[in-house]
Amino acid sequence: MLYAILCYNSEDAVGSWSKAEDDRVMAQLGAVEDGLAQKGKLGPVARLMNTTAATTLRKSGNEQIVLDGPFAETKEQFLGFFVLDCESLEDAIAATRELAIANPGGGAYEIRPLRIFKPAPEGFRGKALG
Amino acid sequence: MTDIAWIEKAIRSARPQAIGALMRYFRDLDSAEEAFQEASLRALTNWPKNGPPRDTAAWLIFVGRNAGIDAVRKRARTTALPPEEVISDLEDAEGAIAERIDGSQYRDDILRLLFICCHPDLPATQQIALALRIVSGLSVREIARAFLVSEAAMEQRITRAKARIGAGSADFEPPDAIARAERLAAVAAMLYLLFNEGYSAASTPGKARLCDEAIRLARLLLKLFPAEPEIMGLTALMVLQHARIGARFDADGAIVLLEAQDRRLWDKDMIGEGLALIDKAMRHRRPGPYLLKAAIAALHARAQRAEDTDWAEIALLYQGLERLEPSPVVTLNRAVAIAKCEGPAAALALVETLGDRLDTYFHYHGLRGGLLAELGRPEEARTAFDRAIALAGTPAEAAHIRLHLDRLNLARPQLEETRND
Repeated sequence: MLYAILCYNSEDAVGSWSKAEDDRVMAQLGAVEDGLAQKGKLGPVARLMNTTAATTLRKSGNEQIVLDGPFAETKEQFLGFFVLDCESLEDAIAATRELAIANPGGGAYEIRPLRIFKPAPEGFRGKALG
Repeated sequence: MTDIAWIEKAIRSARPQAIGALMRYFRDLDSAEEAFQEASLRALTNWPKNGPPRDTAAWLIFVGRNAGIDAVRKRARTTALPPEEVISDLEDAEGAIAERIDGSQYRDDILRLLFICCHPDLPATQQIALALRIVSGLSVREIARAFLVSEAAMEQRITRAKARIGAGSADFEPPDAIARAERLAAVAAMLYLLFNEGYSAASTPGKARLCDEAIRLARLLLKLFPAEPEIMGLTALMVLQHARIGARFDADGAIVLLEAQDRRLWDKDMIGEGLALIDKAMRHRRPGPYLLKAAIAALHARAQRAEDTDWAEIALLYQGLERLEPSPVVTLNRAVAIAKCEGPAAALALVETLGDRLDTYFHYHGLRGGLLAELGRPEEARTAFDRAIALAGTPAEAAHIRLHLDRLNLARPQLEETRND
């Protein structure tokens, strides 16, 4: 079974770490990732930029509205994600519009730039499961 | 990181919201600060035992409010203290208060807190010191170190500033849209001053801290006002400039000019954040001054090497900035860009129009000297450089000009980092 582990914490508190503190946490996480990678368990890893960098495309019926800021409602649940490599935010919004059209119903698509992205290491068992 | 260190960070990041709300309850800054202090102490004993609350700010506000009421009662000495359980039994109360939390009210609380620091009667340095003390919660000692004054002097300065903004100056009515926009603009200006106070001397220990604080508060402001392109611009501008901190000074603490910086030392995470925010802000179509300045910083950040810099685009952005905020210094910066993309003659023509207004400005004479030298007019260049040295604000600035004079190997105009102010 493939699992996505989604990390939640206070970005204000995390954002107030010094560079040294942040580096230390990254190293601690990296050590755990290495252990998982050796067992073939580690897939792609991403660290997102702050929510202030996010833009949200909201869909209601056939209408789409682009809003500044992160997805803020609690009526919907987190159902899935895509990682896209885009030229610009406009480009990312255009791609998101296509996805939103292909996806029935309403919902929202938060477009959040990635701060760190590590593709799945060699030997990730999930590749065979895909 | 220990749990206590984590708790301290969490308390610090909840501070603006908590103090802002407590000030609304008590209508008084000192009471709000005392109540917050008390709540923080209780958090340090309570959280390690019971685990941190889900909404740290709501917890601190609730406990702080009770503690503040206690303090008032104690002072009045009329009523007995409520039993400890009333204050400590937070399990249900937390949920209740969290529901009552109205996002827009908190937003105005924080904005008010920042805005009272921008009191027009206060000189800029006092506005900044006050914001660091009240909003960021830096100790007087830390602030004193950043401003290179004694702790006693800073204590006095903050006390005076507080007295000045004191009784009755804060407006507790929810602001209308116009008042909110005005407050936001004043706060943005104060945050940029705070940033520059740190940026200008970031090699001094304690100074860079001011940049971090300015960025932290700008991000907070952006979270409260997510659709304000100028707040995106301000945040982008600061992170893009601060991204260069690792490359801006050599081992002796002397300034390394932008074109000579080792760009591998620039912070890529910060640059990424800045570029993302500019992308967002540009969608609003009508760029303001912070966004234009950020866009200029972004063009530097995007250039892999100094020679890859898109100077023509930078010249255009400065032109846009001149329209919004006409200033001879902005024009001088445009001249720098023009020197790079059109050559020294065109740049000098523009620089010569600024002589009246910038005659006592170091960078004016420095740039003019460089351009004259490049145009093969060494005597005039020498005069301009002499004038620049006389006006240099720091030994590093003077040394830099002297280098050009000594060598009179004046192939390029020497430029201070392309700043915008």
